[in-house]
Parts: sequence; C-alpha cells; structure tokens
Amino acid sequence: MPNSEPRIFPLGDEALVCEAPPPATLEVQRRVWAVAALAHGWAPVREVVPGMNNLTITFDPLAADAAALAGALRSAWRDAEDAPEAGSEVEIPVVYGGPDGPDLEAVAGHCGMAPADVAARHAAGVYTVFFLGFQPGFAYLGGLEPALHTPRRREPRLSVPAGSVGIGGEQTGIYPASSPGGWQLIGRTALKLFDPARNPPTLLMPGDRVRFTIAELHA
Amino acid sequence: MIEVLRAGLLTTVQDLGRPGYRHLGVATGGALDALSLEVGNRLVGNRSDAAGLEITFGPVALRFPRATRIAITGTDFGATLGGRPVWSWWSLPVAAGEELVLNGAKRGMRAYVCVAGGIDVLPMLGSRSTDLAAGFGGLAGRALKDGDRLAIGASFAPGRERAALDPAAPAFGVKAPVWCNFALFDEPHHRRGRHADGVAWAVPVRVLRGPEYDSFTPEAQRAFWSDEWQLTPNSNRMGFRLTGTPLVRTNAQDLLSHAVLPGTIQVPPNGQPIVLMSDAQTTGGYPKIGSVIRADLWKLAQVRLTGGVRFVESTPATARAALQEERAYLRQIDAAIAMHDERYASQRLRAAANA
Repeated sequence: MPNSEPRIFPLGDEALVCEAPPPATLEVQRRVWAVAALAHGWAPVREVVPGMNNLTITFDPLAADAAALAGALRSAWRDAEDAPEAGSEVEIPVVYGGPDGPDLEAVAGHCGMAPADVAARHAAGVYTVFFLGFQPGFAYLGGLEPALHTPRRREPRLSVPAGSVGIGGEQTGIYPASSPGGWQLIGRTALKLFDPARNPPTLLMPGDRVRFTIAELHA
Repeated sequence: MIEVLRAGLLTTVQDLGRPGYRHLGVATGGALDALSLEVGNRLVGNRSDAAGLEITFGPVALRFPRATRIAITGTDFGATLGGRPVWSWWSLPVAAGEELVLNGAKRGMRAYVCVAGGIDVLPMLGSRSTDLAAGFGGLAGRALKDGDRLAIGASFAPGRERAALDPAAPAFGVKAPVWCNFALFDEPHHRRGRHADGVAWAVPVRVLRGPEYDSFTPEAQRAFWSDEWQLTPNSNRMGFRLTGTPLVRTNAQDLLSHAVLPGTIQVPPNGQPIVLMSDAQTTGGYPKIGSVIRADLWKLAQVRLTGGVRFVESTPATARAALQEERAYLRQIDAAIAMHDERYASQRLRAAANA
C-alpha cells in the first residue's frame, strides 16, 4: 500500500494536485505533510496546500515548468515514504458546558453518558490536524472516538462565538472566528486560533497533535 | 490623507493580496480586477503592491486635503473631480481640497482609485487587502464608512519618480485593456452575434476543464459550454454564483476535501456553478467542472450582477499566451508613461529656455 502511486493532475493554469489513492489514513497524511514541507522550498512554487489525502501546489505559470513540477512531486512522494511524525503538541484548555458549551447536555443525551463523562472522554483523546481550511485557522481534526460521534444540530446557529469547541458528526473542531455553525457546542477555549498580527497567524499547523484539557466543567 | 465623504455600498482597501497563507486557511484576497489596480498604481508612480480602493457601488465621494495625483481605472463610474468630468485610465492631478465623485457604473462592475503613495493601512500578513469574511486587513477588516479617513503612504516605485507624475503636472491617459469584449478573436464564428438588438451580450471567459469534468453528463458538459450563465445578485468577493441549466453528474461520488483557488468553478448538489473569487475559502469538497484562466479573472470581475457569462474552452498554451499578453500590455503602459514623461520634460526645458 505505501508504494501506491499518487495521481497528479492540473487545477486551472497555475496549480497541480497530488492525490493519493483512498483510503485516507494518518499514514498517507504524514506523507502529504512531508511532501508539502519539501515543496515549500521549490523556487517557482507559491503555495502548498494540504487537503485530505492530497496536496495542491500553486505556481507562476510563466516562470514554472508544470511537467517538471509534476515530476518533482512524484519523486518527493516516493522519497516521503515512512515519513516520521511531524508537528508539535498543542494543549487547548476548554471550559466545558454551561454558557460556553450549551449543547453538552444534548451530546451527553445522544451518547448515553453523563455530561462530565463526555468532557472527560473528549479531553482524553489525542487529535491530529489533518489540514486547515474553511476559515483562517480552522483545523480539520482526526481522532474523535466513535462513542462521541453526534449529528449536527437540526437548526444551525446564526452565530457561534469564536473559540467554541464542537462536535459535528465524526469530527471535532474549534471555531477560530465567530460565524454561523451547525456543530454541537460542548465548550469553549480562550486561546486565539487565528491572529493576523502574529506570524504564523494560526495556533495550529498541519501535522500538529491537539490535546484538550478541562479548564472548568459546568455540568 | 483622504476623507471619505460618501463611502458607497462596498468600497474596500485592496492590493494584490497576501500569498503564502492558504495552507493556514487564509485567502489570498486582493483586488478582483487586479489588472486595473496594477495600471492605476503605475499611473501615479506607485509600487505594484501599493493599495488602492476597490469601488463596487456609487456614489462615492472622496476629498483630498492636500495636492496629489490619482488615477481611476476599471470600469467608468462617470467620475468628476472638482465638479469637472474626468476620464478613467488617466493620471490626474488633484488640487488641495478637491473632491472626487464616482457616480455609478454604466457597463462594468468595479472601479479602482489609486493615489500617489498608496493607501497606508497597517499591512497584515504582508498585505493591506481587506478580508471581509475573516474581518481583518484594510481598514479594520471592514468596508469603508462615511467619515473614514485614510492615510496616504510612501509606496512610490523606485525609479518611477517622474516629473510628469508630480501633483502639478498635467493630466494624461493610457490605453485601457480590451476589457469585456463580447467575442474572442479565436472563437468559432457561429458563437458571435447570436443576439438580436437590445439584448445584453454575455462576456466570454476562457476556461480549462476541471478534474471532475468527466463526471458530468454529456448534456451537462454541452450546457456548460453553450449556455449563457447569469450572475446572480447573491455573488460577492468570495464567489460568483451563476444560474442556468442544472449541471448533473453521472457519478455523484463524494470527494475528500481539497484545495480550491480563485477561478475554480465548483458545482454544488443543486447543479448551479460557483466561480470562486479572491476571498473564497481555501479548501472545498464540491466537484470542479472547470477553472477560469488566470488572465480572464479580471474580466469576470467586471461582469455586472444579473449579467451574462459564457465559458469558452481553452488550453494551457492559450492560458499562458493570455498571461504573456497581459504582461506585454503592462510593459506598453510603462513605455507610454516613460514617453509622456520625456515629452513633458522637454516641453518644460523649452519653456524655461523661452522665459
């Protein structure tokens, strides 16, 4: 499986996509991050954007040779087999329940456990940042244990406060900015997930591992 | 400084955007019609990364307390300076206290106002562009309001300090890009002149097939290239939502999240395509039927709400050639400004000799 060749194809006139065959696994994603780290250093490359099981590079079409870049992606992918674990560990203190986590009770009801257990089990997990997107600093986290999977709210909220920690289906995540949203909100962190005055501007980077800690519990 | 007397409905500070942060979910942003901004900055002697104002709806009124030089590019907004009508695509001297009014667009959608030295807001992540969706950059991350004051910077281009661009030097114009042509030169003949009199023409933009093009039905593929797509009023700096024949897929397989870019044409389950623009999110999951070529994005930016768009199939070679043409056009602008400057300098010499 690790030797399966990626598919490389153009996206418009200034990007190439390198896509691994399914399924999406943490092992493949590690390879995506390793190739991304290499591609960042290639002269004509402007952006390197990891997705789920894939990555996209953009370049100046007048300066770059797309065929050469495709070849470079292919060999980088080969070299990135058995890429070591990358990224850092980030701890995110969360106030669970109460006004900061208005859906904690509903999630507890759905999962058939006490609200305090939902918080404890959510905080016991280690989550991996597969990639960022949707909003500046929004991390797609893998690793939510199946016992905590909860469908989204039937009525999305018009405004979810920044820092809200939620569960949406099989995923958990943190809203970096106040926005509409349909996830079940179980808590909130005071950490800033995105700050354009900082560099890097995001708290989380692709490949990071996230641990939630219980700062307070209102249950 | 610039005093914003009337801000209009959607006027924002924009430059050429903030590349390098898409992997963190940060859009590149920047002027939708970047070519107009590039020419505007040249006409006032700015560096190409200087910020200007992107104006979407008039009327907009700006007052310049000190003498300076400005340029209006993009579409014609029926502008007046100190009460006199002024041309777009001209380098215009402004006297202290003069007022610039941009009334409204008759054909296109967006105008750009560049001022000598550039709009000086605090750069965020290397750019002064306003990201309205994320609420940062530009002036406090928002559109301008009546009563705002904008600082003017010192973003002059080294080597572009020209006498002809002094606040006291006379106005002069350059050639506008051939924008919003209603036919492409290399298009098959039958595609031109389909409209009877009085019906608006659809603007052709060149498109490369997207990675999921083949997953659409033959009917959908045909409709994609032959329909006139209407730009819905629900369009904004993040995306242009089009309406027409619903585009159906033969294979509705879900996609894993992947990067998307300005120009990417995605088709959500309702079959109505969305062309992503400067402020769009950085990743998506909808199938991509095509991508507008880079060199035609600014034309699309000038299509009016409810206006028509046609997609013309293109090739990577054509996309490259179109970008090269764009670069050549900008070099022509540079040459025209240099020639004008020489002529102005020799006129002044002669005047001094005769005095």
